[in-house]
Amino acid sequence: MTIEVNVPSFPESVADGTLVTWHKQVGDVVEAEEILADVETDKVVFEVPAPSDGIIESILIKEGATVLSGEILATLGEVEAGTAHKPAPAIVEQRSAVATEVSTDEADAFITPAARKMIEEKSLDAKQIQGTGKGGSILKEDVIKHLENSSQKAPPAAASVDIDQVSGERLEKRVPMTRLRKRIAERLLESQSNAAILTTFNEVNMQPVMELRAKYKEAFEKKHGTRLGFMSFFVKAVCEALKRFPEVNASIDGDDIVYHGYFDIGIAVGSPRGLVVPILRDADQMSLAEIEATIRDFGARAQAGKLSIEEMTGGTFSVTNGGVFGSLMSTPIINPPQSGILGMHKIQERPMAENGQVVIRPMMYLAHSYDHRIVDGRGAVLFLVAIKELLEDPARILLDL
Amino acid sequence: MSEKFDVIIIGAGPGGYVAAIRCAQLGLKTACIDDWVNQDNNPSPGGTCLNVGCIPSKAMIESSEQYQKAQHELAAHGVNVRGVKLDLATMLARKNKVVHELTSGVAALLAANKVTFIHGRGKLLANKVVEVGKKTVTADNVIIATGSSPSELKGVAYDGKTIVDSTGALEFNSVPKRLCVIGVGVIGLELGSVWRRLGSEVFMLKSSHSFLPAADQSIAKEALKAFSEQGLDIRMGAKIKNVSVVRGKALIEYDDEQGSHQEKVDKIIVAVGRRPNTHNLIADDAGIAVDERGFISVDEKCRTAVDGIYAIGDVVRGPMLAHKASEEGVMVAELIKGEFAQVDLDTIPSVIYTAPEIAWVGKTEQTLKKEGIDYNVGTFPFAANGRARALGETGGLIKILAHAKTDRILGVHIIGPQASETIAQAKIAMEMGASSEDIALTMFAHPTLSETLHEAALSVQERAIHAVQPKRKKS
Repeated sequence: MTIEVNVPSFPESVADGTLVTWHKQVGDVVEAEEILADVETDKVVFEVPAPSDGIIESILIKEGATVLSGEILATLGEVEAGTAHKPAPAIVEQRSAVATEVSTDEADAFITPAARKMIEEKSLDAKQIQGTGKGGSILKEDVIKHLENSSQKAPPAAASVDIDQVSGERLEKRVPMTRLRKRIAERLLESQSNAAILTTFNEVNMQPVMELRAKYKEAFEKKHGTRLGFMSFFVKAVCEALKRFPEVNASIDGDDIVYHGYFDIGIAVGSPRGLVVPILRDADQMSLAEIEATIRDFGARAQAGKLSIEEMTGGTFSVTNGGVFGSLMSTPIINPPQSGILGMHKIQERPMAENGQVVIRPMMYLAHSYDHRIVDGRGAVLFLVAIKELLEDPARILLDL
Repeated sequence: MSEKFDVIIIGAGPGGYVAAIRCAQLGLKTACIDDWVNQDNNPSPGGTCLNVGCIPSKAMIESSEQYQKAQHELAAHGVNVRGVKLDLATMLARKNKVVHELTSGVAALLAANKVTFIHGRGKLLANKVVEVGKKTVTADNVIIATGSSPSELKGVAYDGKTIVDSTGALEFNSVPKRLCVIGVGVIGLELGSVWRRLGSEVFMLKSSHSFLPAADQSIAKEALKAFSEQGLDIRMGAKIKNVSVVRGKALIEYDDEQGSHQEKVDKIIVAVGRRPNTHNLIADDAGIAVDERGFISVDEKCRTAVDGIYAIGDVVRGPMLAHKASEEGVMVAELIKGEFAQVDLDTIPSVIYTAPEIAWVGKTEQTLKKEGIDYNVGTFPFAANGRARALGETGGLIKILAHAKTDRILGVHIIGPQASETIAQAKIAMEMGASSEDIALTMFAHPTLSETLHEAALSVQERAIHAVQPKRKKS
């Protein structure tokens, strides 16, 4: 009995994905839920688990190929007694005699002379190229198509993809962009060219927040089971400020301005594949503990590449923190279709003038980049001032001042 | 009580007998019905192709070319021959012998494959019952492969002596002094060429102005030039007004742009096309319809409207070529057995056995232009080919058309020596999805005529070795 292994369903906004890695090969015995392959889309990498125990009968999609939602990637057959943990080439041969369309990545496909020349000259990996000739042979036109469509993932250690060219004495290394990076690049450019992005700066004295933290740290952790960081304060301040300046929580849709009556705050986190922005839904209704816990969870899952697309879609405002790397000041770029983003930076002790005295305060520069098409200068500045004031005196949040 | 078969095939031409052999190979109990007889009134399977078409015409073409060589071309080789005489009776006898050898061969193959051969004219009745003479046979599947016959020109009846069709054109017992061929298609050109070489004064009449419209037009132009130089007088735009036979001679009256003409000739060959043999073939209640031109309507797998009844070859759509019929026969046999089978009707090779030979496969330049497909051209003249020079056959050229972006070979066109053989190489390459660069990278033996295919491929890549080509203009 043959079982299909399919690409997981993509959400509507995602058209297709790339099968980046096969973790198994034809003939391997697998258990249910064992991860068989990785499929990368613009936003996330999906893992494809085995739907049940079985032995991999055929692999229908090569690494590097484009796949659609629900497409069949491979087939599993029932494990025959006595063949556990042994590859079974006999089964593979029987199947390929019957299935005329199957191309396994066990056998090397025939490559026509012209195709071979192109592959050698451009240092391509033939296994990445879909052959459309008779019997799956790779034709010259398949190589041409591959070069055109190529959004090859460059595995960190793949010598066949990286080309070190020596021109004179200086080395150049050419690495194709991953699909995710390409998409990030597109969105950033889109943001920049569509919105009139300006940035206003301010600075916040973090001492009050730090004192609050120090005072209640242990009790907080004891009660809520999660550490009290800074982010929850910032998120709360942001939500408050957004309530007071609704145009910052709006987006442009055609000729309309859509004022969102909810607060979905995106928190930018780094991942090995690039920056991703998971969303805190209805952040204004979350407690500080919930915010802290969720953000911590986002961070961990981003590192492991396990954030889902739903978690990263939507959002009415974003917060980014360059301070972890040491940035003092920056001009963040907006996440379309949002109209604003708050940039947090490094907390650095600086001499400040207070009441005619010079005192040392832990200061953070804040940046608010905004879309000037719907947020005017006054609103943008006052928004940031509100955040500063709410952070420098958290009681204001309680008192709605 | 009719005998029951798995498959009954009506017709034993290249479609029918090949289908029969394939069916038998697949283990199907097969019967093949055919009514062809030879001069001795014995059954002669092989259809039009073996009896009065492909084979006898090629035999006559070969014999007439030998006669031409002996008369005109041996002297250049330093071989002096005097008193070359034509013994037409021997030439015809040789042709008949070749035919007989092959038709016996077909009969032997059918017997060896245990196909039940039934001599007679089959008629399809209802319920897959086939009537042959007084007998009936029945089957689960029937394949109609009755072929085609020469069409008649309206108002010009064949009399079998002075006004003949292609069959009669292979039987003249003396070389006509003046010969008119009505129809300038493949058959007309081949037969006209034969008799011209044997000494006739030949002129050919065509009603329209297009010469070989199915061929690539640059090749057709070369062909027309070559034939005219040989003395084949081809007159286009000629509308036949009247044909009459007076005292053993034929009088043709026709109009063209220059005005009205009258010609007196010894023989007229009418070769204006062929019509499918479906007259009186199918009973009205058999459920199979025949269109107004006599063709049986089938889908791409040769299935008719009735489940289990198929039709192949000249009785259905597509070029009337023996190899097309044969491949359709194989496809149907395999479909009946339950296997997957198909025939690609778009890349059927075509050959004209004139001298020089003409052959092509795939699309012509005019078709690609019409379809708006961007393509590159590579050509090579036989005059620059070593083997052609040694053979003394330097006329003609070969042309490859390749997709401008993918370089996939879309068409190959040849006019020149052995075009019929070289085209098969092109066909195999195209079947495997070859680009012109693949052929450029393939080593060909030297010295061969086939090398022209290699050079034409180099020419597509703009790097021909044995010809200097102008740089392609970038569009």
